[in-house]
Amino acid sequence: MVSRPHGGRLVRRTVSDNTRERIVGEQHEYPAVTIDRGTAIDLENIAHGVYSPLDGFLTGEDYESVLDHMRLSDDTPWTIPVLLDADEPGFVEGDAILLFHAGTPVARMHVEDIYRYDKRHLALKVFGTDDPEHPGVMKVHSMNDYLVGGEIELLNEIPNEFGRYTLRPVETRVLFRERGWDTVVAFQTRNVPHTGHEYVQKAALTFVDGLFINPVLGKKKPGDYRDEVIIKAYEVLFEHYYPKDAATLATVRYEMRYAGPREAIHHAIMRKNFGCTHFIVGRDHAGVGDYYGPYDAWKIFDEFPDLGITPMFIREAFYCRKCAGMVNAKICPHGGEHHEKISGTRLRRMITGGIQPPEHLMRPEVFEVISSFEKPFVE
Amino acid sequence: MSDEKRKYTTVSIPVQLYEKIKQRIEGTGFTSVSDYVTYVLREVLASLEEEEKEEVFSKEEEEKVKERLRALGYLD
Ligand SMILES: [Zn+2]
Repeated sequence: MVSRPHGGRLVRRTVSDNTRERIVGEQHEYPAVTIDRGTAIDLENIAHGVYSPLDGFLTGEDYESVLDHMRLSDDTPWTIPVLLDADEPGFVEGDAILLFHAGTPVARMHVEDIYRYDKRHLALKVFGTDDPEHPGVMKVHSMNDYLVGGEIELLNEIPNEFGRYTLRPVETRVLFRERGWDTVVAFQTRNVPHTGHEYVQKAALTFVDGLFINPVLGKKKPGDYRDEVIIKAYEVLFEHYYPKDAATLATVRYEMRYAGPREAIHHAIMRKNFGCTHFIVGRDHAGVGDYYGPYDAWKIFDEFPDLGITPMFIREAFYCRKCAGMVNAKICPHGGEHHEKISGTRLRRMITGGIQPPEHLMRPEVFEVISSFEKPFVE
Repeated sequence: MSDEKRKYTTVSIPVQLYEKIKQRIEGTGFTSVSDYVTYVLREVLASLEEEEKEEVFSKEEEEKVKERLRALGYLD
């Protein structure tokens, strides 16, 4: 039996074609709010149940509760505030408004609550810092002064060039069941796979029925691998090195917050909604710079006995020349002089220079795929 | 906005149980008996909920989903 949706029910906030036509036809009668891409993607995740049990943006009560207790006001674990910010609003509580992104009405929202908030307090609670250099804090400071809470209904999908790979929780749940997977472990990634990733995934898969590789597509910074490179690299890895009946690949759109431990819980909740029973939590998961301790994202899971998805903490893998294979610190008795750590930066440098990394660090097929792209990195 | 004071309530447990818990949590990460009791209750409730039935989609809807999964190559 796949995992129950978080909070007990899978949220679906989409409308019928008729309703959409009617609302869009009446669009000039609604107050309009323009939202950025990150908010639009949050909206889509709410509507398709990736953020179950949220059926809209947080009201003031839930906002305070998430900040102070890492739980919604009904006690459901929830660590990352999902917010709609607005300028001095031209509407009042009780109104229905339309949310626009890139000129398209993407959702109708029923305004339940309009409230002001303290940006510094928000940053300190969620990111543990108010350092404006932190990308999450920076984003908070660019937000408008009001927050608007209430239920949404998705009218139009946000354009998605990777729609073919984007599965919704209703779909993954059917997929897992059809494949006969009772236990499924999720792996989140924003990188092309090297042998260290493969080791961690396969170590986890040893204990469950299925492996769900779930690359996060979203905002990228220069030097990151482009989305299609990541997808193609995983496809070829699957083709040659993964058991067909025990692994699958689908993407999710999501804008990283870099909130470290709090975000690790959020990532686990998203995968629980996809139907996964286990989630691989990396070292320094969702971290940035040195704002969080390397194992903070492991420790925080102790605070959520009722999370409903089991974290798997698998130590970082490296190559040991004595063991002649991928190992981790727990299972290898040899000294550091025999170890070869896999550095993403080093691999990237080799790839940029057209040098094939040794096979024990990256599968040749993966390197070949990356090299087939003229520009594998975001510029 | 809800009143901060209203976020907690009081329940009664036998004194002996309270003392037992107090001893048990010494040297652990729990700072109070209330914290521990909250933790255990959440755990128990979660495992009860886990046993409840998974929600099911309508046959029609499930067929539509399967069709898409087949079209995308996720299912044979
Ligand atoms: Zn070794």
